[in-house]
Amino acid sequence: MSILVYTESEGQKFKKAAFEVASYAKEVAAMLGTTVTAVSINGGDSSELGTYGVDKVLEIKNDKLSTFNAKAYADVIKQAAVQEGAKVVVVSSTADSKFLAPLLAVHLNAGYASNVVGLPESTSPFKVKRTAFTNKAFNITEISTDVKVIGLSNNAFGLKENSGSAVSEAFEPSLSNDDFGVQVTAVDKATDKVSIADAEIVVSGGRGLKGPENWGMIEELADVLGAATACSKPVSDMGWRPHSEHVGQTGKPVASNLYIAIGVSGAIQHLAGINASKVKVVINNDPEAPFFKAADYGIVGDAFEVVPKLIEKLKEFKSNNA
Amino acid sequence: MKILVCISHVPDTTSKINFTDGDTKFDTNGVQFVINPNDEFGLTRAMWFKEKQGASVDVANVGGPETEPTLRKALAIGADNAIRVNTEATDGFYVARQLAKVIQDGSYDLVIAGRESIDYNGGMVPGMISALTGANFVNTCIGLEVEGDTATVIREIDGGKETSTAKLPLIIGGQKGLVEESDLRIPNMRGIMMARKKPLTVVEPIEASQETKAVQFQKPTPKGEVTLVDPDNVGQLVTLLHNEAKVI
Repeated sequence: MSILVYTESEGQKFKKAAFEVASYAKEVAAMLGTTVTAVSINGGDSSELGTYGVDKVLEIKNDKLSTFNAKAYADVIKQAAVQEGAKVVVVSSTADSKFLAPLLAVHLNAGYASNVVGLPESTSPFKVKRTAFTNKAFNITEISTDVKVIGLSNNAFGLKENSGSAVSEAFEPSLSNDDFGVQVTAVDKATDKVSIADAEIVVSGGRGLKGPENWGMIEELADVLGAATACSKPVSDMGWRPHSEHVGQTGKPVASNLYIAIGVSGAIQHLAGINASKVKVVINNDPEAPFFKAADYGIVGDAFEVVPKLIEKLKEFKSNNA
Repeated sequence: MKILVCISHVPDTTSKINFTDGDTKFDTNGVQFVINPNDEFGLTRAMWFKEKQGASVDVANVGGPETEPTLRKALAIGADNAIRVNTEATDGFYVARQLAKVIQDGSYDLVIAGRESIDYNGGMVPGMISALTGANFVNTCIGLEVEGDTATVIREIDGGKETSTAKLPLIIGGQKGLVEESDLRIPNMRGIMMARKKPLTVVEPIEASQETKAVQFQKPTPKGEVTLVDPDNVGQLVTLLHNEAKVI
């Protein structure tokens, strides 16, 4: 047996999430006294995975799998898990991994725990800590099946480099027409922008910004920080910003290292969605805004004055530390 | 077209989250329960298919008798029939197996379930029922049209969206975007009166094992006080983020 990890890539480059799940799998493997095998579908340079603790990479090169297809990808990972006799399969929390993980769990007859935030609390019985109630609580989940699927929360574990190197092996899964019932016809993706899921820093604007015409400074701040932009629910409901930027309980969850909220009051639903972020900064002119109770750092002041100054100071900081 | 909307009975989004019995159970004391928001977007989209395309819409929930008011609300919004599988919804895999049975018995063409419930956030039930029934599946769905036996589906991906087509039967993991927040319906008096007369069938669960179990809950450790920075000294924030928080 080994620990199997699905290392996601895009445009033949591994995503950061791939290195994070590899780092995590390495430590789970150490707890269980075994090795890590990665599944790479039309992926990047396998030697990169060795740096994060992967011992063996099953490389799949197949034109049929050039665009993501949850059913087909789940089928491939299942076949790899069976070949390797894997008892634990680790996936990330990207949109694609969350799409395929439940299918994989059924194929492997495995218990599946999503949004896992740390190493197993124990391996016998197998217990993991995960977020629940949209980050308002955690629960310890016991998985009782022989094979387990773990969905690791983004940015929950971080990257851990190892001195090892990975051996590559070609893997040829058998695919059936049944796997391709869903056919992708178009992808609309801003390639020059950092997505909220991948971002280490997220800059978010709320109703306090008064209108969509004022988002220039939010985008500039995000640009300086290499951050993704996000917004509160009222802002997306009023159509100031696209839905895809809405973060909160009914929007996207955020688990960034730094979350900067500007003109966001901090409704309980918003806070729930962003609570998993490590450091939170709020800029708001209302000292009573609930966000100040949830934040690590705060500035009580007019965003239209504070944000341009912050951009200026950050630019100075970046040029001094370049 | 026969549509089934899967409904989770969850605490209202503003609920205070507490636990009882040595932090092993969710404390329902004083908590208002609602239709899971991700399911409500799907239910509203299903109403559109009913009104514009003559679809029939059933709703199903896995839960005890205490979840019936939530199913009645779905009937008041306009669903035709409700089904309650009479067992506690403890594990996603277990719930998916119960719903897969309901789907097979009812021969539904389209099943819409929320991408996740806002209580356990498992995010596994829609995908699992597709794998159990063999139907096509699209998750995090923000747009859905059906023409004959083919659906056009828009899915939210990291940093954008993706359009695909799939033949029915189809399972959807739905969320906001399927309809807008402003399209959600509040049941009116007539709907509530009619809902009382609509069939709510209680079925007993099939035998299935429980694969995962939430054995213990924890609340996040309370946060320390916020460090306030003077708006005239914004540079200090940059220094703190670099030296103290070490995030830039």
